Amino acid sequence: MRRTLAKASIHTALNLTVFALIGTAILAFTYSQTFDRIAKSVEDEKFRLISQIVPQALFDNDIIKDTLQIEPDALLGNDGVTTAYRARLQNKPSVLVMEAVAPDGYSGKIFMLIAVKDNGTLAGVRVVAHKETPGLGDYIEIGRSDWIKGFDGTSLAKSDGHEVVTVPDGGTGHARLPLSNLPPAQAGEGANASLRDFHFKDADWKVKKDGGQFDYMAGATITPRAVVKAVHKALQYYDQHHDALFAEKENAK
Amino acid sequence: MTYQEFKDILYNGVWKQNTGVVQLLGMCPILAVSSSVVNGVSLGLATSVVMALSGAAIAPIRQVVPNEARIPVFILIIAVLVTVIQYLMNAYMYSLYIVLGIFIPLIVTNCIVLARIEAFAAKNPPLQSAVDGFAMGLGLTAVLAVLGAVREIFGHGTLLSGIDMALGESAKSLVITVVPDYHGFLLAILPPGAFITLGLLIAGKNWMNLRAERKLRGANAVAAPVEGGCSPASHA
Repeated sequence: MRRTLAKASIHTALNLTVFALIGTAILAFTYSQTFDRIAKSVEDEKFRLISQIVPQALFDNDIIKDTLQIEPDALLGNDGVTTAYRARLQNKPSVLVMEAVAPDGYSGKIFMLIAVKDNGTLAGVRVVAHKETPGLGDYIEIGRSDWIKGFDGTSLAKSDGHEVVTVPDGGTGHARLPLSNLPPAQAGEGANASLRDFHFKDADWKVKKDGGQFDYMAGATITPRAVVKAVHKALQYYDQHHDALFAEKENAK
Repeated sequence: MTYQEFKDILYNGVWKQNTGVVQLLGMCPILAVSSSVVNGVSLGLATSVVMALSGAAIAPIRQVVPNEARIPVFILIIAVLVTVIQYLMNAYMYSLYIVLGIFIPLIVTNCIVLARIEAFAAKNPPLQSAVDGFAMGLGLTAVLAVLGAVREIFGHGTLLSGIDMALGESAKSLVITVVPDYHGFLLAILPPGAFITLGLLIAGKNWMNLRAERKLRGANAVAAPVEGGCSPASHA
């Protein structure tokens, strides 16, 4: 009895081991065969996305390889280290592509790729991943509507027409909005900025419903609100860290 | 395998024992990815391939595997096949891979795959098992296609949107706008829409069965059903 039980156990164990080994071998082989191709697909996809928002004329470097690791920052909303891509033209910084997260979407975080030109102007924004309501809040996707292109060419307002300045604490004495890390801005103030010069003051970085400059679609204002806020903060981050972001030389990957 | 046998297996898999509307197995992917035709059919086909391959792979070794170790071995084989397919899709159909996302690896846990292995491949020769797996997969694909079409038309007013993700940029012209300038019907896209549509499909299938039964009353049913499946409690 004891012997047969032991025999059966060993037989079963051997059987399982053999199949596990065969399975592992097949997987290892497939992995090694597809590895390069997968890496290329991922890179192509990234490049495809980046080249949508970074004009071809603005860079001549290998943008995918010229990366920078960005530590978590409240202004970017990233929880972990993210990768930023640096476009250069004749070795001069031209565009920085960084990831930003809007934490306050209608249903969870909205992940975005934001391209900022060297002068602080937005080259473009794309939503990479989100869980907003399909058919309602998902117009932030480029595949669904052109809404996201509303950011193209906008920048933080320049106070003296030369230097881009962010006002760290509202600066105007307006009451601080609760739950907002942002310089508060009161609705109404942006209304007189009807001439849309694309240099938006803090108050303009809101959807039109809140007195800002950005369109929204009826029925879903929480989503665009979150996106506008996140883009605004990302621009502030860029402004504060501009020199550091392009400081390092290309790091070979 | 005789032609009749082949036909019976096919009929059984696609219609009589349809996984989606008769056996009601694998509800999780059915409800989750059927928001459009392309998503539904893509996952359906991926599942079909996995089922056909796992049937073909497991049937020849069914006598080698000790009874008590069969479930882990079967799952292992299914997992290997799914992972291989995942690698291939990741490499060659990247955008579709992104869309189907988590549901590709989840094919492993799809109840229907193991159910058919247990109910069919463990008792039948490789060729029949492969056909059975594929037929079952096709049945699932058909349900996903209908479900996806209904939800897409009502939800977005389009058909085949996103086909370029599966067939490349040039296929974009295949997208059909059924209702131009449609504002969308949210319920159809959300999970409740999937439940309601699936319920209607099941009702439709039952109604057709009843009608056929009435016609055939007295006569014997043709196909010998191969009952299979796991308990409702284990529905993924």
